[in-house]
Amino acid sequence: MTDPMKIRAQMKGDVAEVRVLMSHPMETGQRKDAAGNAVPVHFIQNISIEVGGKVVVEGQTGTSVSRNPVFGFKVKGAKVGDKVAVNWIDNKGDKRTDEASIT
Amino acid sequence: MEINPTRRTVLRGAGRAGVLYTLIATGVFKTTAAIAAAWNKTAFDSKDTIGALKGIGANAAADSNDIILKAPTIAENGAVVPVDVVSNIPNTTSISILVEKNPFPLSAHFEFANGALPDVSVRLKFAQTSLVKAVVKADGKFYTVQKEVKVTVGGCGG
Repeated sequence: MTDPMKIRAQMKGDVAEVRVLMSHPMETGQRKDAAGNAVPVHFIQNISIEVGGKVVVEGQTGTSVSRNPVFGFKVKGAKVGDKVAVNWIDNKGDKRTDEASIT
Repeated sequence: MEINPTRRTVLRGAGRAGVLYTLIATGVFKTTAAIAAAWNKTAFDSKDTIGALKGIGANAAADSNDIILKAPTIAENGAVVPVDVVSNIPNTTSISILVEKNPFPLSAHFEFANGALPDVSVRLKFAQTSLVKAVVKADGKFYTVQKEVKVTVGGCGG
């Protein structure tokens, strides 16, 4: 339903730099639509990043995170070819997982 | 908060926390016991910084010069403000970021394991000119640093 995440994971020395762009409205519940009604709150609450099958980062986020969230992480000990998986779950229970390999 | 996901999974309704427990139990989130955590509603729903800090256990955080907090001094667009936090404190296990004057100050919380460095980049909404605070947990203790971001156009909605 949502657009795929864009994941870029590159080795810089012995550290994998991971950048993720997620597609999500991150509605605060305070914005009003054209009719003047408040757009319901709708935002990613949990994210997790896995490298080579192990969870390396677990995140919790609130409505202060910008629309279409962008996150950057760094992981030591990873190597070219390792699989990076990014998962998110939002307050409605919708979820998404996308993967990329470290280059 | 001690949670036994298997005990609560089936019985909970479709509330936010219930969905996450169900997903943990069915293995959608591969979790390591050390860092599996449900969304911290108390902390994220807190309307003030003190309540939010209490919600993450950090009400006695000590000021630290070993946390690098990068955020623009002036943000033209309060809807997307880049904030970077790097902790140089040894044995850092988590970084939390709060925007003091936002309706709900706690913005994000990250926990690190298996080689992840305590180094995160996020983009946050700032409702108005505000302090942004980074809170680091290392060896069970909390440390903090803050910086003011001036906002010309607020970004929380409306």
